[in-house]
Amino acid sequence: MAPIISIRDLTKTYDGGFEALKGVSLDIEDGEILALLGPNGAGKTTLISAVCGLVTPTSGSVSVGGHDIQHAFRAARALIGLVPQEITIEPFEKVINTVRFSRGLFGKPTDEAHIEKVLRSLSLWDKRHSRNQELSGGMKRRVLIAKALSHEPRVLFLDEPTAGVDVTLRKEMWQLVRELRGQGVTIILTTHYIEEAEEMADRIGVIDHGRLLLVEQKSQLLHQLGRKELLLELCEPLAEIPPSLAAYGLTLSEDRLHLSYAFDSHAERTGMTRLLADIAGAGLNLRDLSTHQSSLEDVFLKLVHDGRRDVA
Amino acid sequence: MNWRAIYAIYQFEMNRTFRTIAQSLVSPVISTVLYFVVFGAAIGGRIDTVEGVGYGAFIVPGLVMLTLLQQSVTNASFGIYFPKFIGTIYELLSAPLSFIEIVIGYVGAAATKALMIAAIILVTSTLFVDLTIAHPFWMVAFLLLTAVSFALLGFIIGIWAKNFEQLQLIPLLVITPLVFLGGAFYSVSMLPPGWREVTYFNPVLYLISGFRWSFFGVADVPVGISIAAICVFLAICLTAVWAIFRTGWRIKP
Repeated sequence: MAPIISIRDLTKTYDGGFEALKGVSLDIEDGEILALLGPNGAGKTTLISAVCGLVTPTSGSVSVGGHDIQHAFRAARALIGLVPQEITIEPFEKVINTVRFSRGLFGKPTDEAHIEKVLRSLSLWDKRHSRNQELSGGMKRRVLIAKALSHEPRVLFLDEPTAGVDVTLRKEMWQLVRELRGQGVTIILTTHYIEEAEEMADRIGVIDHGRLLLVEQKSQLLHQLGRKELLLELCEPLAEIPPSLAAYGLTLSEDRLHLSYAFDSHAERTGMTRLLADIAGAGLNLRDLSTHQSSLEDVFLKLVHDGRRDVA
Repeated sequence: MNWRAIYAIYQFEMNRTFRTIAQSLVSPVISTVLYFVVFGAAIGGRIDTVEGVGYGAFIVPGLVMLTLLQQSVTNASFGIYFPKFIGTIYELLSAPLSFIEIVIGYVGAAATKALMIAAIILVTSTLFVDLTIAHPFWMVAFLLLTAVSFALLGFIIGIWAKNFEQLQLIPLLVITPLVFLGGAFYSVSMLPPGWREVTYFNPVLYLISGFRWSFFGVADVPVGISIAAICVFLAICLTAVWAIFRTGWRIKP
């Protein structure tokens, strides 16, 4: 199936000379949830802004639903709902009018039933006649989402939807995203909470310094993350690894007091029992042992770190 | 053309107007009454007629123009500056809209509000003086063209402005002096010769002169030149707006 969004060699250099995007290519499949992970200033917002029409790309192309965002911008943008990172909302207007306004901007005919459905799904229905400025921060963020959903988009961009949001609202937001996905909406969210990407995404992209470092199915990524490490602390420093333990591929730390053994926790046999028996056989005394599983966070930090080293 | 979007913007802007309708109307009406008291009653009592028109009536077109220009510029500049300032402009940029729809929506609403206030001032003035309108069609045409052109100018100012001070700058420093020096309260023929020629460089003179002609049939400059002047001004503003959106100047990095 053709991707719903296709980004090719997208670059953006701002007037000051800052290169926010350095040639990003990415296909986003219809109906998936893609999480773009990256530190602050990585280029996540610029990427979204370029796709949504807030920023003019320096070079490269983007198509949404097969429509080029420059030459067929009306058809492309009609498919997109955008929830910006900052809470930007007309303070004096009523909630329901703000949402109706968004639907009108996208050229959709009035549909009060749909507006009601959106407001109810975001628990905003009771607040519909309140002025935006009277709402709490979390409520305002919901209004922004309601605005983005008012015109029934096929693609929803959520730019750091849960930044500065309390736990309850974050959970609700996740629930909402799942529901939308159930309705077939493609969702692209940026976040720097790894937990969030792990919780929601089908695929995870890691972006830093304007480059897309990796895009991978979450399950595959988690599989790679299935690797565990057994750390053995010895009572006495070890000069070298005894030949009887050579087959295990152990590594000896610089202080010669720690041995580490990598294994796949999903595998049927981890080889741990035999290793421990052989260690005892080799006459080594253990002071302590621990296992460690690399998290998405480790992989992320490693990627970002390696990416930066490559650039340097 | 995304007509629904134009309507949405227009309606949203008009809602803003009606939310603050009292303050929108009260202050122009009060200031007009003050002008009538000061210029019409106090000073006008010492001036019989200007070009055969009673002084009280003579200043009405100038007063209406003064308010119309100020209102068109400030409404339109604020209308587009505010979304830029609070950030809601993201929605206009991400919607399936071209600049034409954005401009029609904002400028249309700003011009409508300015015309409403101009009409109220015109009605208020009939409480003080007897008015006859010689060329009603041209009167409406001048009102419309002026409101639209200056709302466009205001739109440009709103895009250009980086802060609230700049937003106030043009209306205060440029529009008001030009109206006062453009023959709002006097006929150019009353000026000494040197100043008369200087006044001809003031574009607002042509507006007031033409507008006054539509009431009394007398003008400082031929009415054809007035119409041409306003059309040229309109064309300049349209070109500037077109260039702004084509390049994304100050709205789209």
